[in-house]
Amino acid sequence: MGGEPLRLKYFAWVREQLGVGGEEVRPPESVKTIADLIAWLCERDERYRTVLCDSPDVRFAVDQEMAEDREHSVEGAREVAFFPPMTGG
Amino acid sequence: MSVSVQREDFDVAAEIEAVAERGGDVGAVATFTGFVRCGERGVRAMTLEHYPEMTESALAAIEEEAHLRWPLLASRIVHRFGELCAGERIVLVATASAHRAAAFEAAEFLMDYLKTKAPFWKCEETLEGRRWVEERASDSAAADRWSRSRK
Repeated sequence: MGGEPLRLKYFAWVREQLGVGGEEVRPPESVKTIADLIAWLCERDERYRTVLCDSPDVRFAVDQEMAEDREHSVEGAREVAFFPPMTGG
Repeated sequence: MSVSVQREDFDVAAEIEAVAERGGDVGAVATFTGFVRCGERGVRAMTLEHYPEMTESALAAIEEEAHLRWPLLASRIVHRFGELCAGERIVLVATASAHRAAAFEAAEFLMDYLKTKAPFWKCEETLEGRRWVEERASDSAAADRWSRSRK
């Protein structure tokens, strides 16, 4: 993924259940999509599994733009955010 | 077009005046104000969390979409975040146009999109404790209908 670490951000109950608002990671080159990133995070630490892997309700943004689904690319990304469906307005 | 994401309360009358003035030859201004409602669960307060780096650009994109679809002369979105009590204002949408149909429809569109595409998350404090508000099927359906009826 290049020299720069990837910033991860978590919001709402995703943040509460992971116990952290954000972190920096250095995933391997083989991580190309959100699905790959989640799988890699789950391998590192089990607590990601319940929140990100097993929860169908988590949504994503890559570099502050909404991602349609888990197949969205994270190649070259600086920031990926994980959050529940939005409840603004 | 104008978007503010802020903690502070806003003045509805002042916002309406400002939109009308910015619009120029305005015949109609439509306005919506959203409040924290006590509701069935006895909500006393609400915390609005948001994604700071994404919020303004997401709201600006929603506003831009409204300007593409309707002949608006001006518009305004104000969305608060932080801790709000029951009865407080959360959000304002105002649209200005030559005639009322565009102003009304665009205001409704903006609110339907804000409900599902603005990066905010509401946490309610009720008599029974804290609870993250879940998305509503009716809100998703309301936003979806604008995709189907694209002008």
